[in-house]
Amino acid sequence: MSSFNAIVPMSCVTAAAIAAMIAEAFRAPGERMPIGPLGAIGLAGAAISSVLLWKDGASSFGVVVADKFGLFVTFILIIVGVLSLAISEPTIDRERLPRGEYYALMLFALAGMMLMATATDLLIIFLALEVLSLAVYVLTGIRRDHALASEGALKYFLLGAFSSAFFLYGIAFTYGLTGSTRLDRIGSLMAAQAMAPTPMQLLAVGLLLVGFAFKVSAVPFHMWTPDAYEAAPPAITGFMSTGVKAAAFAAFVRVFLAAFEPLRPSWSPILWIVAAATMIVGTVVGVSQSSVKRMLAYSSIAHGGYLLLALLAANDVGKAAVLFYLLTYAVTNIGAFGVISVLENTDQPNDRVRDYAGLWYTHPALAALMTIFLLSLGGFPPMAGFIAKWYVFSAAVKRGYTGLAIIGVLTSVVSVFFYLRIIVMMYMTTTDTPARVPPIPRMAGLALIVSAILVFYLGILPTRVLDWAAASIATIF
Amino acid sequence: MAFYVFAVIAVVASVLVIAQRNPIYSVLLLIASFGALSGLYVLLEAPFVAVIQIIVYAGAIMVLFLFVVMLLNAPHEETDYDERIHAYEAERGAGVPAERVRGAGAPGVNKVPMRFGGFLAAALAVELVWVLTKGGESGAFPSGAISSVKTIGQLLFTDYAFAFEVTSVLILVAMVGAVVLARRES
Repeated sequence: MSSFNAIVPMSCVTAAAIAAMIAEAFRAPGERMPIGPLGAIGLAGAAISSVLLWKDGASSFGVVVADKFGLFVTFILIIVGVLSLAISEPTIDRERLPRGEYYALMLFALAGMMLMATATDLLIIFLALEVLSLAVYVLTGIRRDHALASEGALKYFLLGAFSSAFFLYGIAFTYGLTGSTRLDRIGSLMAAQAMAPTPMQLLAVGLLLVGFAFKVSAVPFHMWTPDAYEAAPPAITGFMSTGVKAAAFAAFVRVFLAAFEPLRPSWSPILWIVAAATMIVGTVVGVSQSSVKRMLAYSSIAHGGYLLLALLAANDVGKAAVLFYLLTYAVTNIGAFGVISVLENTDQPNDRVRDYAGLWYTHPALAALMTIFLLSLGGFPPMAGFIAKWYVFSAAVKRGYTGLAIIGVLTSVVSVFFYLRIIVMMYMTTTDTPARVPPIPRMAGLALIVSAILVFYLGILPTRVLDWAAASIATIF
Repeated sequence: MAFYVFAVIAVVASVLVIAQRNPIYSVLLLIASFGALSGLYVLLEAPFVAVIQIIVYAGAIMVLFLFVVMLLNAPHEETDYDERIHAYEAERGAGVPAERVRGAGAPGVNKVPMRFGGFLAAALAVELVWVLTKGGESGAFPSGAISSVKTIGQLLFTDYAFAFEVTSVLILVAMVGAVVLARRES
């Protein structure tokens, strides 16, 4: 039975998702069921099994490997999942969303993400990608009576289906070249012919790069991001901007730094341009946004650029920086979207920058939390974002990507402008018509406070988590 | 002998597909053509491809085609009298500036699909010539054992068992998603 060990965490989450579906099916009309806590139980099971697997690791069927790298990402996903479950509850009540299906899809998406982070076979990575994408497409458009939600979800779905085709085509070419979809075999076969890469190899790498770039919303494949992030309920936006990114980057790192490492001279210049464009476009376009959700969508694109920079640097510091950055970004961004989600009202979204005017005087706690998250996204010490960015840039400089590091620092400085704009709005302006904010539910408030504490913990005492990240990355390379 | 039966059915059905005015007949004839093709695959000792041909093409894709044809409610194609063209010409006669109708309602509107069809036919003809002249040279074609249903089934439930299970979760997610988005509020 030992061969099943590696898939226990995602099986727990899948079981919780199926339980949520069954609970919804047998629910009497009007009866309230604690379906959210059901999901939390599944995630707790996943957390416990991951802790038990941490020391020795495991491998199932030769295609799923629970090494420290995969488990680290699994932990990030569990944190994302628990915080999202807590933040979602008020949204579901307010928007009258189908509770069972909402949680079931969220848990299925999490299971897909965990599988994607631990899979070592292109076929399984693709299937996991589809599981999480399909669930997230539906969650994006789950507010069916909003025209904007349907538009965003449809755009996301059509472009996502297109990018999946690219990804699949890349897998087909890789299989045609190497006769295998296992990453280790692809890696050794690629290494054997790496001296003179054939056009077919470059085509395969290019197509896979397009597929991944879409999922991590790198420029020029970022067009869907602002629309989808604006269309989805803010709790879902927080979930997908962090969870999908973590899972996609985990697979990206595995495929490109393990299987296609021998072809690095071919793909690193392309990734250089993509990373630079992603940082610049995400920041520059973000400055001109008047909707906080769209602004955070562009900020999330820019953060994808910093992660690409860390992936490109790919020395010991850089690889650990990817994982640490994913963790801090997940905690911070979920917190920021959690605040937006709590501020949202039934009849007004309250997501314009001007809706934040005078928030400090009406809701000091929310304003303070939002400040913490925004400063962390901007990279201010002593928040987590500072340490994460510092590691990324120092890794890039060490590897010789000084130009990219300079672009990264400059875009960070520019991005501080739009984070500070909201903070100025909250503290230094008053308004005659303050935004009407619904009462803050206890669970969501607690989740926000936990995220804020994590932001400070990772910012002030990062050593232990960084050590874990470094240990994780050592297992696959 | 069986080859000629299937080949004749496939060719005749394919010709009739494009000779029909009623799209529904075209779709049904296409199913007959696909059925004959799948018979040819059986003769080539590729039973798996034959079954997939029936399930995917003659089953799923044809249902989609039929669904779209019926949804658009297009009972038959009008070639010699198109009321859209005539509506435009009537409009033009009523003094509408010529720029508005240029291109959209000109009698040459059907030339684009004709040209596209011609291009496609030429490409297929080139392919056919290439296959007939060069096709026999590649000797590395896998033997029948690899494409047999038994081998594929064994692989599906041994090496690819996990992928198979993940696919079932994928289909479940797709089903739940479709229900969530399409359900009517009660």
